[in-house]
Amino acid sequence: MNRLIACLLLFASLCAGSARAAMDPALLAGLAADESDDKIAAIAKVAALADADALRVLVAMSKDNLMIAGDKFYIADGDKLSDAATGAELSARPDGLDSLTINNRVRSALDSALAGLRLFSPNRDKRYAAARELQDSADAALLPLIERALKSEQDAEIRTLLQYAQAVANLQNADAAVRLEAAKALSSSSNPSIKSTLLSRLQKQGDSYAEADEKVRAEIADSIKQIDKRLARADAIARVFTGVSLGSILLLAALGLAITYGVMGVINMAHGELLMVGAYSAYFMQGVFRAHWPDSTDWYLVAAVPLAFFAAAAVGVLMERTVIRFLYGRPLETLLATWGLSLVLIQAARVLFGAQNVEVANPGWMSGAIEVLPNVVLPWNRIVIIGFAGFVLSLVWLLMNRTRLGMFVRAVTQNRAMAGCVGVPTARIDTLAFAIGAGIAGLGGLALSQIANVGPDMGQGYIVDSFMVVVLGGVGQLAGAVWAALGLGVASKFLEGWTGAVIAKILVLVFIIVFIQKRPQGLFALKGRFVES
Amino acid sequence: MANSPSTRTVALSAKSRMALMAGLALAWGVVPLLALALPAGNPLHLSDYALTLSGKILCYATVAVALDLIWGYAGILSLGHGLFFALGGYAFGMYLMRSIGHDGNYQSDLPDFMVFLDWKELPWFWHGTDSFVWSMLLVLIVPAVLAWVFGFFAFRSRIKGVYFSIITQALTYATMLLFFRNETGFGGNNGFTDFKRVLGFPITAPETRVVLFGLSASLLMGAIVLGRVLITSKFGRVLMATRDAESRVMFLGYQPLYYKLTVWTLSAMLCALAGALYVPQVGIINPSEMSPANSIEIAIWVAVGGRGTLIGPVFGAALVNLAKSWFTMSFPEYWLFFLGLMFILVTLWLPDGIVGLWRKLRSGRAAAPAAASAAPPAPAVPATPTAQPEAKAAGMSGRTVEGPVAKGA
Repeated sequence: MNRLIACLLLFASLCAGSARAAMDPALLAGLAADESDDKIAAIAKVAALADADALRVLVAMSKDNLMIAGDKFYIADGDKLSDAATGAELSARPDGLDSLTINNRVRSALDSALAGLRLFSPNRDKRYAAARELQDSADAALLPLIERALKSEQDAEIRTLLQYAQAVANLQNADAAVRLEAAKALSSSSNPSIKSTLLSRLQKQGDSYAEADEKVRAEIADSIKQIDKRLARADAIARVFTGVSLGSILLLAALGLAITYGVMGVINMAHGELLMVGAYSAYFMQGVFRAHWPDSTDWYLVAAVPLAFFAAAAVGVLMERTVIRFLYGRPLETLLATWGLSLVLIQAARVLFGAQNVEVANPGWMSGAIEVLPNVVLPWNRIVIIGFAGFVLSLVWLLMNRTRLGMFVRAVTQNRAMAGCVGVPTARIDTLAFAIGAGIAGLGGLALSQIANVGPDMGQGYIVDSFMVVVLGGVGQLAGAVWAALGLGVASKFLEGWTGAVIAKILVLVFIIVFIQKRPQGLFALKGRFVES
Repeated sequence: MANSPSTRTVALSAKSRMALMAGLALAWGVVPLLALALPAGNPLHLSDYALTLSGKILCYATVAVALDLIWGYAGILSLGHGLFFALGGYAFGMYLMRSIGHDGNYQSDLPDFMVFLDWKELPWFWHGTDSFVWSMLLVLIVPAVLAWVFGFFAFRSRIKGVYFSIITQALTYATMLLFFRNETGFGGNNGFTDFKRVLGFPITAPETRVVLFGLSASLLMGAIVLGRVLITSKFGRVLMATRDAESRVMFLGYQPLYYKLTVWTLSAMLCALAGALYVPQVGIINPSEMSPANSIEIAIWVAVGGRGTLIGPVFGAALVNLAKSWFTMSFPEYWLFFLGLMFILVTLWLPDGIVGLWRKLRSGRAAAPAAASAAPPAPAVPATPTAQPEAKAAGMSGRTVEGPVAKGA
């Protein structure tokens, strides 16, 4: 913030050129007025100067650094004190120094005045942000500033925003023709706050509308309709995005299971705990980076990718060798034994890392968001996770379809005895396939650590969802799992819009229960003779 | 199918009848005596805690027997039995909430949580719940209807094995989410608690507890007798045959759907009754009873005790829950390790549970042929090699078929 102000000051002093002239004391005097309205008017007047002095005074005022002694104004900066009108530093403290009091109304007027001043910043992003702020809160008093900015502004995007801000300010104009023009200009906006500004003009105050003229009211109503249409479209885009995002999360959670359950037929109730292992390896790596390479903590996540895979795969191998291999072909027993494994793993995590959730920070390059449309904001971490889901998916696809190991896994799935007869080491393939499935689950858990709580119980929340994805997609089908995850994600986000999150979740579960009755083989059924076995 | 309807008459042997009588005498004679007549300082005195804990375990044991009826005898593993238990508890809890009357925190006609939510009148499904008879009907009807409808569609589509387990889990999970909402009208997160009286008797009085204990014990014994009658009948034969080779049973002209549906619904109703007795004893019911983890724990009681036997689940439920009480008091951090290892060890090395182990030890001591004669003369479906693949397909782990159990209760 200080850097911003310094840079603004520099720029403002440049554009003011030789203007090192003192401010008119009469302008400043208004800032100390008793009535808020007078104060606000004075702020607008000071802002209209749009020079370094104005900025200095208003910034000081908003930081409660503007002092008054008698009828002279001073700016306090730590121990130093300077004259507000001239900027000259004072050596002695005047008597009776008192700071100005500002209430919330004055403060918000001050903020928009500052935004108006920032319109002249050399930094494009700052001008853009200031123009955005102004279109939410533009006020007739700021019109001169906006119009001046419009004259000098080159950037088309900022110009549009400024025009909206101008129109918003013009809605309060005394001339009905100007108001009509403003209402018309606003129809092309897609900003919800402009919509609410327009709506407030249509409200009744006592007997009369806030907007007196009937023709202007009709125009405003028309503009609102157009904005609504655009908002609905933006809303749909946002829903699809959050749906795809949820789908990619479901997919990451379920891909490992698509191998262990879908391909190998092992009911792995400890799947959620394999996700947990992946998430905790992110936490572990973060700790290692913080302790040893504090400068590059942002890259801990990249280093955690192989760790998550191999840690979860190692746990998977352990599970397979000690328990699961004795239970092949006995799904119900596998279910109970792996549930036991999951309890042991949960408790082990509690003992190792504590029962509380641990904090896993988003690296810098994953925070922030990009704005596609005025109210469609896509957070970076979601985008990265969608990309990561694509990466893991292609990894699995390559592994299953383009490697010798993948071929063996498919062969053992299709006909174990025959695969054994032609020399495939079936038992070792089982272990390896389970390890890969577990490792993929670890990668999923790593991704989940970026958006969800990481704690000993985190896996429990995903187990039902993961099974739903795999079962809905059709056992043994990677493509099925992808479609099921995306479909479930988008469908539940749209349902959430109508019914709320909990009911949406219940409806999705009920849908899956009903769906399985109709198509127990899932969306994409395997064809061939091994279906029945 | 060599059995005749006359097998029904030998459902309870003289020995079993004796055991039943002894059990009833214990529950209604000895326990009240120990709990009420003896002073608190006496070493034989049954404390309130012990009485409640054993009453609770008896309810759990009933649930375990109910689950065993469908898992052990019909080969259907439900991971949603906690739902029926909780529904029974909620139905009876509604009556208990209404019996609080004006003694709640807000002294209102409505249960406290409704006042808290600023509701002005009872939702429609609460009407009539101040009547004991109507709420008992709800206890039986609501879970039964839900089980019947759910089972009808699931069994008609021939969903079995793991698929069935997973969708029952989804069902209980979905219902849990529903009950967690305040708007559903069952107290949301907190559920029902702060009960004051049941049928006009103060709910925490030792006398009330003794009666509730007696009822729980009777319910358990009733469930075992019912199970025995059921599985020694022709109905039970068809059921077990369905478990072992469903397609064959169909080719022989039976429709397995209604056999499964009957035992499934019956099992749900038993659970609901156990839930209804459980709630006044522990004094609270909330949606976490429906969590999938709870339902899976029921399966481990049955597995530990020995499925496919009626007495096994009782031992299993008692053992696991006593261990739980002991662990959570002495070593709370090791309880999950213990429970998890129990899941693993029992499935790996004790597929028939404690009862199976006991039988193996006994038959090991006696000569091998004698073991065969220890089994009852009742006919069993022969296990032929061709039956095996089918049993696997049905998720029945390819175990050979057992004859009905005579040495149980």
